[in-house]
Parts: sequence; structure tokens; C-alpha cells
Amino acid sequence: MYPQTRNWFPYVSPYDPCPPIRVKTYSVPPQLFITFQPPDLPQNSPAEALRTGVLWPSLYSPYDPRMDHLGRGGGGSHGT
Amino acid sequence: MWIYEKKLQYPVRVSKCDVKMAKYLTEQYGGADGELAAALRYMNQRYTIPNKVIGLLTDIATEEFAHLEMIATMVYKLTKDATVEQLEEAGLGAHYANHDRALFYNNAAGVPWTATYIAAKGDPIADLYEDIAAEEKARATYQWLIDMTDDVDLQDSLKFLREREIVHSLRFREAVEILKEEQGRKTIF
Amino acid sequence: MAPEQRGKEYYALLQRLQEIDFVLVELNLYLDTHPTDMNAIEQFNQLTEKRWALANEYEKLYGPLQGFGRSYSGYPWQWNDEPWPWQV
Repeated sequence: MYPQTRNWFPYVSPYDPCPPIRVKTYSVPPQLFITFQPPDLPQNSPAEALRTGVLWPSLYSPYDPRMDHLGRGGGGSHGT
Repeated sequence: MWIYEKKLQYPVRVSKCDVKMAKYLTEQYGGADGELAAALRYMNQRYTIPNKVIGLLTDIATEEFAHLEMIATMVYKLTKDATVEQLEEAGLGAHYANHDRALFYNNAAGVPWTATYIAAKGDPIADLYEDIAAEEKARATYQWLIDMTDDVDLQDSLKFLREREIVHSLRFREAVEILKEEQGRKTIF
Repeated sequence: MAPEQRGKEYYALLQRLQEIDFVLVELNLYLDTHPTDMNAIEQFNQLTEKRWALANEYEKLYGPLQGFGRSYSGYPWQWNDEPWPWQV
């Protein structure tokens, strides 16, 4: 599957008061790339559907928390 | 009419006694892009939307009420056994002064819910674009809430809710496509 | 004294019901925008039947899922019985 995030790089000034976050990340989940869901897409099992929140794996969007506040380094999510 | 069902849509587990999260989760209870706003927005727009998408608005609105109950469950579980001191430390002192541990429809900053959070323009495309935006904003709020907790069980329920915003967004996008087709067209043989 | 806690079997059966109900929600929303997908309609109807049987099994053990005449009640009136969904 294509990566479900995009990165961008904010301008860093020599006069910025805090240590810079050099890479910012945002989500681009699958619904942005599907105009109209085609019929007969492969399905998750009922258990997997409930667990992931979606019946069709191709609409699944993972999200990994940013751990900034826990001092585990920034980053954001990555695709599968 | 509606019939209540005595079960949650998805099992909600909260494993960490983190009272602060209760305050933040309230954003999705009584906030601008929260579940109450979502449910009421769609439930109200459906009366003046073309026939072909009334069912969709009704059903998504109904599912949003199930999500509202999930958020309420999280807040309830995080506050029911909290001491007054813990509530104060979590920034909920002002909430306690007014409400004790009762839930209330306000956002994470304590601003009460208002109907100005939702719109009904009567123009089907304008309304559906509003709905798509609402789903994306709610998805973003869930991301920030997932970022704010390290309770993997709470994250699990929040990830479910985030995924539902994605599916709803897709369905509203499909509704726009349906309305781009000519409505009420009779097939001529 | 607090009412008795629900055991493991309760959570397992509840989850099975949540799973089947979730697939029905997904198919329902999908069919709202794909009303001519015959395969999806067949899957929806089959699952609706399965759901009815599973809900009956659940209600026999744990009481009514719905009010207003959609579920039967034993004596005394079972609707008020704990736990409510946010308590479990």
C-alpha cells in the first residue's frame, strides 16, 4: 500500500527560541484517493473488521501516535 | 423513531487512571467537531437533502450517537473514581464546582456546546462538503487525542473511532458523486 | 453491596455480537451509496438472519438488548438490570 503520510519541512530561523522540529507529518488516508468504492473489494473477517474499524482492508488507515510529550522523539505516523 | 440498544458499538477499555485524558476527551463529546455535533448536523440536514442520500445521513447520524456513547464511557470510567484533588490536578476543578462528576456537553476547554458549531445551508453540495470537512476534522481530533495518551487500550478505541471518520468521509464523497448525476431521471425504454 | 460482575463468557459473547453488528453497519452504509450491489445485499440479508439468532442467544443469558417491544422480558422487568453499556 502507498504511504499514508506526507512530510514537509518548515523554515528554521537562527532566532527560533525552541529546538526545531525539522520534519512535520500529516495523514493522507485512503478515502482521499477513492472517488467511489468499487464493488466486491476483499473483506476482513468480522473479528478483524471490528478490531480495525473497517470491513475492507483497502480502506484501513493506520495511525501511530507522536511520542513528543513522552520524550521518545517526534515523527508521527507511517503507512503500511 | 429510535430504539436504544443496550450495548456499545465497540468494546471500550480504559486501563490507565489518567484523569487529565477525561478533560481532553470531552472535545469529542461536546466540541465543535465532536460526536454530538456530528449526529445533530446530519440528523437535521436530512430533511432537505435529495431522496437518494437521506438514508445515508440518517444512518451515519445514528452511528454517531453510538460513538457519543463510547466517548461518554471513556470519560465516565476516567472520572467516576477520581478524588476531588485528582480532578483539580487534572484541570477539572471548575467542572467539579458546577457539575460534580456529571458529564456535560462542553469542549476540552469547558466551552458549552452551541448550535453554531453545525450548519445547514439547504444546498445539498454545500451541506455534504460541510459533512466531509466535519469528518476530516473529527479524524484529526482523534489523532491528537491518540497522541496525548500512552494507554494502549484507550488508543485502541480511539483508533476505531478515527477509522470510522474515514469510512464516513468516503460515503459522503460518494453521496456527492450520486448528486452530480441527474436526479429523478426516468429510464425510458 | 455492588451487583455481581460479569464473567469472561459474557465479554466473549458480547464481542461476537459486536462483530456481526459491525459488519451489518458497514454493509448498510455501503448499500446506501451502492443500492444495486446484489452480492452485498445478499450478504446483508444472510448476516441479518445470523444476527437475529445470536441476539436471541445473548438475550436468553443476559437480558433484553432493546426496549419498546423489540426484546422479551422475564420477571421482574429486566430492562433496569445492571450493567449498562458504559459500566461493563
